[in-house]
Parts: sequence; structure tokens; C-alpha cells
Amino acid sequence: MSFMKRILLASTVAMSFAGAASASDLTVGFSQIGSESGWRAAETSVSKIEAKKRSIDLKIADAQQKQENQIKAIRGFVAQGVDAIFVAPVVATGWDTVLAEAKEAEIPVILLDRTIETANNDLYLTAVTSDTVHEGKVAGDWLVKTTAGKPCNVVELQGTVGSSPAINRKKGFEEGIASASNIKITRSQTGDFTRAKGKEVMEGFLKAENGGKNICALYAHNDDMAVGAIQAIKEAGLKPGKDILVVSIDAVPDIFKAMSEGEANATVELTPNMAGPAFDALKAYKDSGKAPPKWIQTESKLYTQADDPKKVYEEKKGLGY
Amino acid sequence: MNTRLLPFYATLLICALAYTACVMQFPAMLSTRVAGNLLTDNAFLGIAAVGMTFVILSGGIDLSVGSVIAFTGVLLAVLITKYGVHPLAAFAMALVITTTFGAIMGFIIYYLDVPAFIVTLAGMFLMRGMCFVMTTDSIPINHEFYSMLQGMYYRLPGGGRLTFIGCLMVLVFLVGIMMAHFSKFGSYIYAIGGNRTSAELMGIPVARTTIAIYALSGFLSGLAGIVFSLYTSAGYSLAAVGVELDTIAAVVIGGTLLTGGVGYVAGTFVGVIIQGIIQTYIVFDGSLSSWWTKIVVGALLFAFIALQRILVFLSTRRAMVNATS
Repeated sequence: MSFMKRILLASTVAMSFAGAASASDLTVGFSQIGSESGWRAAETSVSKIEAKKRSIDLKIADAQQKQENQIKAIRGFVAQGVDAIFVAPVVATGWDTVLAEAKEAEIPVILLDRTIETANNDLYLTAVTSDTVHEGKVAGDWLVKTTAGKPCNVVELQGTVGSSPAINRKKGFEEGIASASNIKITRSQTGDFTRAKGKEVMEGFLKAENGGKNICALYAHNDDMAVGAIQAIKEAGLKPGKDILVVSIDAVPDIFKAMSEGEANATVELTPNMAGPAFDALKAYKDSGKAPPKWIQTESKLYTQADDPKKVYEEKKGLGY
Repeated sequence: MNTRLLPFYATLLICALAYTACVMQFPAMLSTRVAGNLLTDNAFLGIAAVGMTFVILSGGIDLSVGSVIAFTGVLLAVLITKYGVHPLAAFAMALVITTTFGAIMGFIIYYLDVPAFIVTLAGMFLMRGMCFVMTTDSIPINHEFYSMLQGMYYRLPGGGRLTFIGCLMVLVFLVGIMMAHFSKFGSYIYAIGGNRTSAELMGIPVARTTIAIYALSGFLSGLAGIVFSLYTSAGYSLAAVGVELDTIAAVVIGGTLLTGGVGYVAGTFVGVIIQGIIQTYIVFDGSLSSWWTKIVVGALLFAFIALQRILVFLSTRRAMVNATS
């Protein structure tokens, strides 16, 4: 009898603790894919920081790249009665049933970084993603402005063949330079988004283009390939950033280091802060009941050598890239 | 007290303690929602684990489980989406294929006398490879019949859902318990797992039983694959990687001896639920790394294997003492 009493007492104490813990205004469950890349790890840590800023209680479940774990986590969040659920879906399909359960429990769902394929778009409140075509265009616009009408031959390092960021970043860049007749893409090959492949392909470009004398700028679909290519340019006896302009996308810490040393010129940020805009949309929705637009595009910010790359490098270093 | 039942009681106790501890910290875990989720979310794991229990009871192992689940999912998606086959017909085809596949593995294990570990490892690679031959994409399944099955649930008071697949798992466990303890086939399995040579000498049809065991495991893996495809409404080649190891863990935590001959199907159910409770706790907490599931399951496995060794050691010593006195 006294044992039962003790259990009861303990659970009431636990309950009152739980009550105290949920003193913050909102509790949000975030089903994250995993930590397969530096960017993903940075997204997780930025989400935590953004939640703290708004005194939101953020619960993160790492799915280890498995959809079944994500579904379990979403169900768990529903059972817990959180105020909203964020999902970075690992695959595009197979979410209808579990999202319908969340909807029935009147818990809004916001997709981060990727979208899903569903017959019923009402299953989620909004999706926060970047526009990869726009990223390419920002890079192209920068080059148009920088060359200011002087003739410029560009070599392009593409991402993994057939991947959607590679296709879109190529398309966006071409849109960006379409108006400038002085800029021409002379060579374009895949560097598979990796540093090693970026270096190797750039070496080939340099040999084919008269030791690099015919190249005025390099456009890489991600920073890692650009970092590899910078190495190749240095080994060929040229100065990256001066003899050959370097522009790429992603804004990982290493490219800021290269920029602070004058070896890279510009990068377009794929922001790891997807949760921030999602929190804002959620708060507005909870306060006014007004649904946000179905798609919230994150900012594709351009960083150049003028933006104090050293400082940005220090800021980004600790995020887990 | 029967020492054979000791691991099972230990599992039950751990499960009860774990759940109580969770409820104390998160009172919301004591809800029909969580209970319903435990059944629904672990349905495919539980169904496959029943097959694995029989295999391990017979002293074997089946590593092909996860791949067969993925294969079934992809096959269903391709048949239903690309060829317009009705889901029920597709289910039947998938079950025939996976059962035959299991039977063939059992045949090789018995007649060619190859260790089950090797044969089912080959089976695992073969099935995973077949998935990629069919498709490398994740194919969504949109069919009214699927929506109907997914929409079939009994609403418990408190918002919990007793879903079709959750009930199916419970049913499979009940049938499994009946088979293990109240059928001739069940007693054959225990006999083979206890001592194959003496089982043969007693006139037990070892060949037929071995093939039937792996065929049953293939069938249940196929059924788990159907449940998995209902769960995600998609077929994906990389789905259910490593599920065979989760099922083995559930079986061992459930008190079944890895060397065969001793164990209970009901224990496996508790083993599955324990894994589900750990995962639910981690989601409720929200700050722990989800890899803690694996760490805790690993620690439990160690504890149970140690417990089993001690029990085996004690019982042999007692037998020796009895023999000498």
C-alpha cells in the first residue's frame, strides 16, 4: 500500500515538474533526417539556437536516415501533444497517413529544406526551402556585375549528374548571365560535389585552356569543389581570386577562410537556418490564425570578400559543418 | 521455479519497470495514443520477429528478413503502380515468392549442410539486389484499397488508434504462440533446437521441419513487408536496412536462447515492446541522441546473454551434482 502511495506521490511530483518545464510558450517537435552532412549538422544546431532565442521548447528526433524512424517520431510527437511538428523528410513519398493523424490532432506540420509528394497539400501548413535556381542566378548576377562588360570565359564545375541542385544551379546561373553577351561558359563538367573531384576536373580545365590563361572565372555548384579547384589553380602557378575569379554556392566555413585569404571571391549561402522562418510563420499562425503561404523561400545571401569573411568563418566554425 | 521461465520473467519485469519509469517522467506516456503507437509502429518488426523466434528456437538464424521486407515493398509498389495489379493479388504473389524463397534457403541449409548464417546472408544480398534491379526510386503507392486498409482503425478512448496493422501483429503473435506450444510442428522445432541428433533418432522429420521453419520465416517476412508498405505507402529499395538485427535483438531480449531449444514467442512480443518504449522515450525527451536506442538495446542484449549463460551454467552444475550424489 505504502509502495503504491509512493509511486503516486512520485508521479504527481513528476507531473508538476513537467508542468514547470512547459512554461515556455510553445513546444515544437522536429523530426530531423540525421547528420549525414556538415550542412545537416549545422541545420540542427542553428534550429536549437533559433528555438532558444524565441524561448521555444524544441524536441529533436534524429531519424538516422530512415523513414520509419521519422514516422515513429511524428507519431510520438502527436501522442505527446506538441504545438507543432517540423519535418525534414528523408524521401518525398509515404507521408499521407501519419500527417493525416497529426492534422486530426490539430497539430500543424511544417516541412523544412525538402518537400513531399502528396495528393493533399492541406496536410502541411507550409514548406520552408531554398530556391536552388535562384542561388545559381545570384551567382550569375554577381559575375555580370563584377566583369562589368569585359569579355570573360567561365568554366563550370557541376554537381552530381542528374541531381536536382546540380540541374537547378546550372539553370539559374545561365539565366543570370543570359543578358551579358561578354560572359561565355566555355567548359562544363561534373565534379560530383566533392573536393577531390573538383580539383581533378579543374586540373583538366587548366591544361585544356592554355595553362589557365584563357579562363577568367570559375563557377562551382558547391564550395567543396571550389576549394579543390583553388588548390589546382595554385598548383598551376596562377593566383585564384585574381587571375581566375572563383564563385560558388553553399557558404561553408572553408570557403570563408579562402575568401579571407583572397583566394575566393564570392559564395551564395544555402542557409542552415530553415527553422527560424518556420518558427516565425508558426507564431504568426498561432497568434492571428492566418495561414502562411504554402512555400516560404529562404534568403540566398551573397557573401563577397567585402563581408569580413574572417568573422563569418569564426561564427560558422562552431555550428558543426 | 522453472529456470527456463526466468529470462521471460526478467524481460517482463524490465518492460514494466521501464514503462513505469517513463510514465513517471512523462505522464503523457500513459495514454492510449502511446499504446496504440507501440503496436502500429512496431507491427512490421513484431511480425518478422515471430518468424525469427521460430528460426532461433530451431538453432538457426535468418539474416534475410530486412531485405525480404524491402523486396516485398518494392515488388508491391511496382506491381500495383506500374502494372495495375489489385493489391490483394499483389499481396498473394509477394507471399508466394517470399515463402518459396524461404523454403529454398531451408532446403539448402538442410541438404547441402551449409550454416544458416551463410545461406541467409547470401539471401539477404540477393533480395536487396533484386530491389535495385526493379527500381532505385522510392515509388509511392496510391490505391483506394491501401487508403481503406490504412483508414481501418478502432478509436480507443483518449484518441489512441488500434490500427489494422497493429491488430494484425497481435494476431500473428497469438497464432505463433499456439503453434509453438500446442502443435506438433512447434514441438519438432523445440526438439531440433535442443539437440538435432537426438531429434533425428527420435524419428522427427528434420528435413521437412527445417524447410518449413525457413518457409514460415520467409512468409512472415513477406507479411511484414506488406505491413511495412501499408505503413509508409511506398516501396523503397533502401527500406528496412538492419531490421533483421532488431528482430534478433527482440528475440534474445525476449528470453530465447541463441543456441536454440529454449524460449517463448510471448517473450519476443515483450522484447519488441521494450525497443518501442525506448524509442518513444527518446522522442518524448527530445534532446537525447536517437543512437541511445541502439546503446540501450546493446546493453540489454549483453545482460540477457550473460543471464542465459549463468542459468545454463547453474543448471548443468545442478545436473552434475545430482548425478554424482
